[in-house]
Amino acid sequence: MQARRLIGTIILIAGTLLLIFSIGLSIIFGVSDISLGTVWNSIFHYDTTNTSHQIIQRLRLPRAVAAVLIGAMLAASGAIMQGMTRNPLASPQIMGVTSGATFMIAIALVFLPDLSNVNLLLFAFAGAGLGLGLVFGVGLLARTGLTPVKLALAGTAITALLGSFSNALAIHFDVARDLSFWYAGGVANVQWDTVKLLFPAAVIGMILALFISGSVTTLSLGEDVATGLGLKTGAVKVAGVLVVLILTGAAVSVGGTIGFVGLVIPHITRFIVGPDYRWIIPCSAILGGILLNFADILSRMVNPPFETPVGALTALIGVPFFIYLARREGKNI
Amino acid sequence: MIHSTKKTSIVAIGIIAAILIIFFISLNTGTIPIGPADVLKTLFGTGDGSYDVILFDFRLPRMIIALLIGIGMGIAGAILQGVSQNGLADPGILGINAGAGFAVVLYIFFLQDQLAGSGNLQVFIMPIFAFAGAFLAAGLVYTLAWKKGVTPVRLILVGIGINAAFGGLIIVFQLMMEPKDFTQATVWLNGSIWQTSWNYVLALLPWILLLVPFAMYKAKALNVLTLGDQLATGVGAPVQKERTLLLLTAVGLAGACVSVGGAITFLGLVAPHLARRIVGPNHKHQLPICALIGALIMLVADTLSRTLLAPSEIPIGLVVSAIGAPYFIYLLIKE
Repeated sequence: MQARRLIGTIILIAGTLLLIFSIGLSIIFGVSDISLGTVWNSIFHYDTTNTSHQIIQRLRLPRAVAAVLIGAMLAASGAIMQGMTRNPLASPQIMGVTSGATFMIAIALVFLPDLSNVNLLLFAFAGAGLGLGLVFGVGLLARTGLTPVKLALAGTAITALLGSFSNALAIHFDVARDLSFWYAGGVANVQWDTVKLLFPAAVIGMILALFISGSVTTLSLGEDVATGLGLKTGAVKVAGVLVVLILTGAAVSVGGTIGFVGLVIPHITRFIVGPDYRWIIPCSAILGGILLNFADILSRMVNPPFETPVGALTALIGVPFFIYLARREGKNI
Repeated sequence: MIHSTKKTSIVAIGIIAAILIIFFISLNTGTIPIGPADVLKTLFGTGDGSYDVILFDFRLPRMIIALLIGIGMGIAGAILQGVSQNGLADPGILGINAGAGFAVVLYIFFLQDQLAGSGNLQVFIMPIFAFAGAFLAAGLVYTLAWKKGVTPVRLILVGIGINAAFGGLIIVFQLMMEPKDFTQATVWLNGSIWQTSWNYVLALLPWILLLVPFAMYKAKALNVLTLGDQLATGVGAPVQKERTLLLLTAVGLAGACVSVGGAITFLGLVAPHLARRIVGPNHKHQLPICALIGALIMLVADTLSRTLLAPSEIPIGLVVSAIGAPYFIYLLIKE
């Protein structure tokens, strides 16, 4: 236990440093490379006539911040989902969040093609709420109550249903390509006004996540054990779903589908720091932020000047490590 | 036991009757409606020949393909849920859809234009690509999950990983495509049986005829595997051998179905669940009912996909999800 706590602390400290380093890298690399000195000057001696400074302040910095925030949010909510449902397949996607957002984006693309970016974000967030509400509603209506498996099954069904609607809309009205671009996601075009919406969601969500992390650990021992230990499982689940909605809803609205972070990072973190969610959630957030930011940097370098979809890169980066861990300690999950 | 065998027979007869009725209705409907009398006349060769092409070259083959895919996917799904002991597993978990999808996307991206005009052969190249992709992905999942045997958890975890990797690659290539190719790939990825011909039926039929009876024959082994590795080993079952055989069966079935029908994922998830709820967990009863339910869902979905937005068609995989999911949700709530 002591050793695990030490490892957790190391991850938090070293991870934060790596995170800052990755933000620096993200600002330097791009179609036009910028020196570290310029970065320093642009932040502390901003010169409005300097093009490099403008690129940094207007494009690169918000992009890097968004990547870190989204990665952290997805990983933290993935950890909560897996802890609550006790299913290695559980991820924010399975709770209908992503499919709900995609569905509303499809509707917006078909019926309101002139919507502004910020309004599109709100549509996506409403969709995330819709998807999650449907899944949770089905779970609540179920006679035997909200068992983890039932929730996950409801999620799969709602995802299939909403997914089929959005794809049918997209194919019939010929917006499949636009929808795919949204779906593939990325933070390439994120600006400060978007980050301003993302930031409060991230802070509130993270605080709530840490607040319930102890209860999630208890819940992850199983419904019966948790009830026996005096945990109000219903209240914890409602709180957990709310946190997932805030974190994933906001992250997906801005970045599209970057699914692998929310699925893989919590697994990897659990391998490293053990089964205590008070460590898993913050460490997942840090590692998720690092992964997404490096993936975003890579997305600019693979095939310049084109951007490779970052969600695909997170998958390709995460998969080998994930499989290695699954092979090594597969039975502990 | 006797009771449940009787129940299974009654349920089976009921579903077969429903399939026959819908089959007949489905023959009547489509962009060009054909009256019941004309359908019968044409089928028995006493018609005036004006509907021969529509019925024999278009509707019949695709309806038969729909039935075959339903049977194959249903059985494959039941096997996978049994072997992996996870109710969320479907043939997609072995990477079958993602692998086939990636192969098809590669084919459309790199080869299709070069091969245009090579005639009859071209019809088969895409399914062959899909089949190869499905098998490669499943082989990759199985190999990577192998470590002195394969455990269900490891299989699922590696499956998630491989799926994510292929899913990522699909998006990368798809977004680089021309709009026309993009649409073609999207439609394939959502499951479609538009271009079906008797050739496809002949290509799919052997797999179904061979592997479905084999799966039924292995129902007992599947029951034992569902108990979990320790118990299964305890009762003397050669766990790894049976598991490999069953997985190969599922991959063969699902791969063959996906290669002619595109990714029809939800069916493999939903059909076994429905069957289990009706006749219980014994695979001897579950497998045949599962096959029939799969066939029924596919037939209904095919009929709807042709008629809902006629004259344009909806990919059948989307219809399967749209009708399968609500029923699945209803069962979840009611149970």
